[in-house]
Amino acid sequence: MRGRAEIFANIRRGLGVGGREAPRQLAVAQRLATAPRGLVPARGQLAPEARVALFLDMAIGAQATVEDVASPHDVPAAIADLLRRHNLAPRLRRGADPRLDAMPWGETALEVAIGPSAGHDEVAVSHAAAGVAETGTLVMLSGPENPSTLNFLPDLHIVAVRRADIAPDYETVWEALRARYGIGQLPRTVNWITGPSRSADIEQRLLLGAHGPRRLHVLVIGDDTSAPRPG
Amino acid sequence: MTVVLTSPAFKDNARSALADDQLQRALKNAQGGFVHKRATARERLPEFDALRDSARDIKNHALAHLDLYLEAYEARVAASGGHVHWAETAADARAIVLDLCRRAGARRVTKGKSMIAEEIALNDHLEAAGFEPVETDLGEYIIQLRNETPSHIIAPAVHLNRDQVEAEFRRVHTGLPADRDLEAPETLLAEARDVLREKFLSADVGITGANFLVAETGTSIIVTNEGNGDLTQILPRVHIVLASIEKVVPTLNDVSQLLRVLARSATGQDLSVYTTFSTGPRRPGDLDGPEEYHVVILDNGRSAMLGSEFQDMLRCIRCGACMNHCPVYQNVGGHAYGWVYPGPMGAVLTPALVGIDKARHLPNASTFCGRCEEVCPVRIPLPGMMRHWRERAFERALNPATERGGLAFWAFFAARPRLYGLVTRLGMGALHLLGRRAGRFASLPFAGGWTKVRDLPAPQGGTFQSQWRRARR
Repeated sequence: MRGRAEIFANIRRGLGVGGREAPRQLAVAQRLATAPRGLVPARGQLAPEARVALFLDMAIGAQATVEDVASPHDVPAAIADLLRRHNLAPRLRRGADPRLDAMPWGETALEVAIGPSAGHDEVAVSHAAAGVAETGTLVMLSGPENPSTLNFLPDLHIVAVRRADIAPDYETVWEALRARYGIGQLPRTVNWITGPSRSADIEQRLLLGAHGPRRLHVLVIGDDTSAPRPG
Repeated sequence: MTVVLTSPAFKDNARSALADDQLQRALKNAQGGFVHKRATARERLPEFDALRDSARDIKNHALAHLDLYLEAYEARVAASGGHVHWAETAADARAIVLDLCRRAGARRVTKGKSMIAEEIALNDHLEAAGFEPVETDLGEYIIQLRNETPSHIIAPAVHLNRDQVEAEFRRVHTGLPADRDLEAPETLLAEARDVLREKFLSADVGITGANFLVAETGTSIIVTNEGNGDLTQILPRVHIVLASIEKVVPTLNDVSQLLRVLARSATGQDLSVYTTFSTGPRRPGDLDGPEEYHVVILDNGRSAMLGSEFQDMLRCIRCGACMNHCPVYQNVGGHAYGWVYPGPMGAVLTPALVGIDKARHLPNASTFCGRCEEVCPVRIPLPGMMRHWRERAFERALNPATERGGLAFWAFFAARPRLYGLVTRLGMGALHLLGRRAGRFASLPFAGGWTKVRDLPAPQGGTFQSQWRRARR
């Protein structure tokens, strides 16, 4: 631990502090406890309808494709359609997220595998915890029900997000996560995803599909209760 | 490959860079894009410049309380089951990483893009110790094959052209049909994707950098467009994060402010495709993710910058905007700077990390046009700090006798304004008469350094001071 002691001694020498000054400690403790919101752009501060529209616009701007579905019940059929349109085999892998579990996969011809990806899946389906309107960003949380490998290994990544979960800005999402997991706690991995994978490393030409998904398809799910519910 | 320090030979490096046609073609090709994209992103966000103020203030606050935020960060990492390792020097950091790789029984080590890894020359040491380091960022992969170092902090292969990449892939990917068509950049990308996918899936350890560390949650953050950093860190059994002391910021809200200016300044995107927040290893019940999570925090001379006139440099978030907008970088490229960090940020950081005695040319490689400071997302006064380095070099008598003699000669006149006015008036008048016919000088005594590569325009008569006096009247 000599390295650690030396580094801290050097930092404190440079700053001209001892490390135990009460006002500094208080300033740090307060900032960590209150996490003040800084300057949040006006762009996302919209009424729900306009906010969802902005989210879709921004996601399209980041080269994602988007689709509205009326209710969770309609998701499997929409996905079956999408795969048909793209001439893909009716096969996919998803996590055991209860929101996905509750969808009527059996009403389609889709062959559904559940669990993390070993790198050979063409299509994966995940459920986002939230969307961020400001940049068209999806917020994915890792856990037993949403393996992170599904976000990166398939060729086509399909992400379901509820209309009601589309937030104006990143700060609103952090607030929700603090409320859910406790102050100072996060799931192991939080992935913000804005469009499909890309690289501009060859002559600065933007090409889609570097190492992650070549395509990102976002399903924005409404809460139409007139649709039939499973069970 | 290990970066060999060639900053002392900056002038020779720059001369050969200017004569390198391939390099000049690549630089011309890249130049306009970055500048235009950043300008567009800035226009699209009315709060952009105010966010830069906010970003500056957050980093200043974090640096002023750096010891305390690092302690808070360390405690949070431990609470989430991760390990923090402290490295005072590059050698310490390498020893820690090699030990972790050995204990993991590793053979293949995948790497996300990390400038700290370049700074500590990690790949060579991994190889020497019998590991197989595999760079996974497309640009980094290309230059690893070519045994080169990055020439830009976010676009490592910006000095190369498509045909050079094709030639390299044909040389190295020998298992593939020799007559395959690689004309389109898309085919090169697809080939790299296939080759690297197999490496990702078989790696034992994954090493990434960190754009930020968050004290509130003990989180490390990486930002990529390819997704390579994520595959590097979620697939192998052990994830090692390489960071440096100044990367820590207080909260997730603070880092959101910084992320709003990072990608816009770097590539002109509103946000990079993948922004990943990692907190500790795999949790109970998780079906994927690393079983071990280690963070190596490097000092390597940074703590000595605190409290000095170079403290503001520690605000840098490595977006690359300063080099993208620098007329010197645009013409000589990154390798000429002779170490890990090129362009204006390198001209300030390199002397602090390797010594001004070895890097004194870098703060001189500037026209002081001020574009770097104008575009910096955390408003680092780069030209001012280059000036500080010039002063230090002069104080330590590091510049050659002719340069010092010239400065002393100039200072003698500058301290005597009337004499200065007289001598410059006579001198300019004489040059005006001599150069009247040609309008320029192809060679001049004492100005060979200038006239060797360009003509000196003949003075049009009158000095700046005399024109100034006339205009004021």
